[in-house]
Amino acid sequence: MTYIFDGSLPGLLTAVFEWFERKPGKVTLKSIEIFQPEAFAECFTVTTNSEKADRVWAGLQKKLKKDWLRKFYCSYLSEIPEAFNHLFQFTTYIFQNEKGAESNYGNEHVIALAKYAKSVEREKHRMEAFIRFQHTADGIFYTGIDPDFNVLPLISNHFKNRYADQQWIIYDLKRKYGLHYNLNTVEEITISFTEGVNKQKPAAVLMDAKEELYAVLWKDYFKSANIVARKNTKLHVQHVPRRYWKYLTEKL
Amino acid sequence: MSDRIREKLNILADAAKYDVSCSSSGGTRKNDNKGVGNSHTSGICHTYTEDGRCVSLLKILLTNHCIYDCLFCVSRKSNDVKRAAFTVDEVVELTMNFYRRNYIEGLFLSSGIFKNADFTMERLLLVCKKLRLEQRYNGYIHLKMIPGASDELIKEAGLYADRMSINLEMPTEAGLKLLAPEKSHADVIKPLGFVQQNIVQFAEDKKLIKHVPKFVPAGQSTQMVIGATPESDKDIMYTANAFYKNFALKRVYYSGYVPISNDSRMPILGTQPPLLRENRLYQTDWLMRFYGFKVQELLNDANPNLDVDIDPKLSWAIRNMQHFPVDINKADYRMILRIPGIGVMSAQKIVQARKFGKLRIDQLKKIGVSYNRAKHFITCADSPYQLKDYQGTQIKAFIMAESQSKYLKTDSNQMILF
Ligand code: SF4
Repeated sequence: MTYIFDGSLPGLLTAVFEWFERKPGKVTLKSIEIFQPEAFAECFTVTTNSEKADRVWAGLQKKLKKDWLRKFYCSYLSEIPEAFNHLFQFTTYIFQNEKGAESNYGNEHVIALAKYAKSVEREKHRMEAFIRFQHTADGIFYTGIDPDFNVLPLISNHFKNRYADQQWIIYDLKRKYGLHYNLNTVEEITISFTEGVNKQKPAAVLMDAKEELYAVLWKDYFKSANIVARKNTKLHVQHVPRRYWKYLTEKL
Repeated sequence: MSDRIREKLNILADAAKYDVSCSSSGGTRKNDNKGVGNSHTSGICHTYTEDGRCVSLLKILLTNHCIYDCLFCVSRKSNDVKRAAFTVDEVVELTMNFYRRNYIEGLFLSSGIFKNADFTMERLLLVCKKLRLEQRYNGYIHLKMIPGASDELIKEAGLYADRMSINLEMPTEAGLKLLAPEKSHADVIKPLGFVQQNIVQFAEDKKLIKHVPKFVPAGQSTQMVIGATPESDKDIMYTANAFYKNFALKRVYYSGYVPISNDSRMPILGTQPPLLRENRLYQTDWLMRFYGFKVQELLNDANPNLDVDIDPKLSWAIRNMQHFPVDINKADYRMILRIPGIGVMSAQKIVQARKFGKLRIDQLKKIGVSYNRAKHFITCADSPYQLKDYQGTQIKAFIMAESQSKYLKTDSNQMILF
């Protein structure tokens, strides 16, 4: 049997609620986006219900410590279709077992979540490292990114705490939303870009007068810090995979 | 103006790069005055140089003018290089502007010695004070101590820096004397000891008084240059071990010597830096710090140098086959950590997971064990029956046949260690 949900986190949690209500036996969870009806498979469409979702989440909070709630959330943010099903199976497994069942690394759903969470955390960490702000003429530090996973919710606090005295915008170009820190709070925003503007690195005319100087100084620094006698391109690319180069001022 | 600052940055970053420490970890500073910056406990590498080293700090010298003539150093007095000096404000501006753009985690500031030690140290201190007090900057600061600077200056600097360091340079006193007759290990031991005492004192005060300022919260580190002088790996690691113990150092760095001089006492120009050896030393360092190995187990009179073909953990296992095979489902954590192919994370997962039932090979693989390597040293629920008692040397041959290219080509001080 297949459960279909709307792709939201409350939707996923509602699915768990419904399963315990109905106990229909083995179920696979799929999001509506990728669902393709199969001829003989039975399916059930979950109607997202925030009360039911809250109850499941509260239940999970009782069963799991913080680190595992985080792994759960990260796996969800991976947006990987199979991850949704693993989350669903993991949750039913946790509810049906004694406290502590999440440390059973012999269980395939436990391992799957640990892996998704690891990839998402890695992407989060990379964004914290590889984001390069440009100081715009309006005094805002701007960057456009397109991370593999939906990591904005995870990086928000890091940037808010660190850059508490400057306004900044981090825009997810793939998911078409961003975060704006206005010196007090972080707000979700959407931007309508002018036609033809480079969203990743907007043109110099839009920038603060000193922006170019510091970008050049940083590039210079990057070159000077290299020790030619130690060149090791393989290792370099391993640490900074090519797909991130477009973010990096020093690589442009 | 911009050309001059570019030139200075090129000269003073170039001269600073031989200090390999780049770590921005261990800081605890929070941004609680609504200024800019904070420390990330595990540090962040913002980029990597083309030689694969992490870049997290703006690492520069205040100046490369120097009154000393240490042979291993590019800034030595007798070396014919361009000289430059930043003003205090230039360093502050650069740091702030790089930091605000998320280029860096902070500043690593060192300097050649001009006029005298205190004169130099005063200026380094001034940079730190301006950053912290005027700019409300809470990012990371790694400050080099100038050998011979007064206790007062060093103590004051400790109130603003996150990490302080001073380099041993050569692993033994004899090596140092050979290349820098004016210097001695005592010049390094004194400030390290002084700062360590103060760290302990501040921690004591903190128990009694609520608001004690931070003092070098990320601790101290040092660096040794490897391969410029003829010390054995044992000499190097025994020195490192002693400094870890005596001064509670956070890190010891090993920097493969990059030839920069034609002096006959040193490897000639063009000699390849000993990168593989450097990597093996870092692996040994990790085994001492995170895997519960004593340095004497890894290096001793019978084995004064590390094996180049294989990593030191595998090398230890092969010399000590009497401890193997280890039963994954029974052995204690300490022993599981010692199995080649199993890292700290996997070891922890194994100990947790086996409470739920005996572990099988496929589960070990999923947990992240490098099974092809570990299989020679373990038994688990479904281990195949083995024609027992391979000699250590045979196992070494098996493993090398499988992984030779990988292990001979990697070199990094950020390696993943099994
Ligand atoms: S004192 Fe320091 S900067 Fe001066 S030559 Fe010696 S190592 Fe180089």
